[in-house]
Amino acid sequence: MKFSEQLEKRFSEMSTHYPTKRSVLVPMLLYIQDEVGAITDEVVAEMAQRVDLTELEVRNVVSYYSMMRTHAIGKYNLQVCTNVSCLLRGGEDILHHCKKKLGIGHKESTPDGLFHLEEVECIGACSWAPAMQVNYEYHENLTPEKIDKLIEGIRKQEQQ
Amino acid sequence: MAYLVSHPDEVKVVSRRFGMGAANLDRYLELDGYKAVQKALSMEADAIINEVKASNLRGRGGAGFPTGMKWSFVPKQSAKPKYVLCNGDESEPGTCKDRLIFEHDPHSVIEGVMIAALAVGAKTGFIYLRGEYRYLVEIMEEAVADAYARGFIGKNIFGSGRDLEVYVHSGAGAYEVGEESALMESLEGKRGVPRIRPPFPAVVGLWGGPTVINNAETLASVPHILLGGGQWFADLGTPKNGGVHLVSISGNVERPGVYELPLGYNLKKMIYEVAGGVQGGRKLKGVVPGGSSVPILLPEEIDIPADYDGLTKAGSMLGSGAVIVLDETMCMVRFALRVIKFYQHESCGWCIPCREGTDWIKKTLTRFHSGGGVAKDIDNLKYLAENMLGRTFCPLGDAAAMPIISYVQKYRKEFEDHLDGKPCPYEKAHELALV
Repeated sequence: MKFSEQLEKRFSEMSTHYPTKRSVLVPMLLYIQDEVGAITDEVVAEMAQRVDLTELEVRNVVSYYSMMRTHAIGKYNLQVCTNVSCLLRGGEDILHHCKKKLGIGHKESTPDGLFHLEEVECIGACSWAPAMQVNYEYHENLTPEKIDKLIEGIRKQEQQ
Repeated sequence: MAYLVSHPDEVKVVSRRFGMGAANLDRYLELDGYKAVQKALSMEADAIINEVKASNLRGRGGAGFPTGMKWSFVPKQSAKPKYVLCNGDESEPGTCKDRLIFEHDPHSVIEGVMIAALAVGAKTGFIYLRGEYRYLVEIMEEAVADAYARGFIGKNIFGSGRDLEVYVHSGAGAYEVGEESALMESLEGKRGVPRIRPPFPAVVGLWGGPTVINNAETLASVPHILLGGGQWFADLGTPKNGGVHLVSISGNVERPGVYELPLGYNLKKMIYEVAGGVQGGRKLKGVVPGGSSVPILLPEEIDIPADYDGLTKAGSMLGSGAVIVLDETMCMVRFALRVIKFYQHESCGWCIPCREGTDWIKKTLTRFHSGGGVAKDIDNLKYLAENMLGRTFCPLGDAAAMPIISYVQKYRKEFEDHLDGKPCPYEKAHELALV
């Protein structure tokens, strides 16, 4: 399995940082997921071979980290925080609004493959709550209106 | 991006360069950047450690362990390589301060890692950021590359004849990895399952080598200590609680934000003056003074100095400096349920008291909040939590148990008001089932 030139470069560069091969595993799996869409069986086999582990050992790592997934999801992943600081400022209402607006629940994707929704734990935006991440991008001090604007904006952008 | 706030009572040390474009290396150099590490290069290792000891700097990640003492535990001679590890896995609910350091002053973290490495004789440093902080990983990677390009890190740093490598590493979503031994496991490419101690990381850490592991804010404080002097920093705080620290204020206040305040600053004043008081002029219900894992304080308990010793005396902890304010509209059972839901989700399941305890407390509170509680549940919640305390490899078990015990003890009436199949009497507009 071959990754993009940029990712291959990252892999070989990163491999020089550590005394053991497997140390690249956590960040690399996430970068691969960003490129491939998920940590598929093929990715697991490839990484196991590259860092001299069994596939089971790689799967053990994958299953521990909440950002890693084995199946592809919608293109824009809305990760709404409902932990305490967000809860106190209406995080649950934001989540509820997203559910209603997109017609999907926690860890579900829209049929057109555009959106995915997830209720997540604290993302470190507590003083700017309620907050969410769309893929890696932070959106803070959210209101239902901001959510509407964001979702409509993505839809419009994707239609073009 | 997170916006910055300001208050006249602030004493800006770590946040001194926030909003000044210091992520740019030239700008950082204009603002006294990399002067501290050059000073450290001219000092004996013990002199660096003594300066940090004199500052009374304590770990800003949550445990509050004296930094200089931690460094002094690293053996001088070691067959295995030594390491410095910056913990930027900021995940304690309520905490959003390290994010600002990485965003606004990334080189100060690099400099802190370098000084720590010089103090303990390490040749490699790692800066570990949580996976969600991708934009900060990019900022840090750029900062490290810029520092390499100028010869500040790498071979023969500043022409001193000494070599020092610094790398950025990222996680992939796990609260538990913020715990030092779990973080080392994660960096080694494994599940973030904690290690039993002793041996402590200072003796057996990363790949078995002696390792200093400090929170990002702790390390970012170090260059300022070296330039200003340990005594200067110590005098900014209270005895044994040196310096200033970043306070992440969140929840029901008028002006939430990250403020840099002296250790020992009055907690009540922090809420009513710095953060502008309770949101909408409502009544205060409680204050969680150090991230979601510390015991809650009642409104009558908050007229105290917010430092490690002051909060411990009040029966809570300074933790990561995250102050979460609850107003009268929040139901304590619901709050407790949200807290335990988090710890249950994050428990790795390695230690049975934590795995089972968090799950049973969550189940009980879910039923309880939806009106299916019975009287004995209240004591049972406490009993379950008490049986987790001190019975796990890492502090996640304690972090889940301590707040729950405090909620039941201090807000027992609210729990009792949920009994006999009544729906939650403290909130009407919200959905009852949370989970």
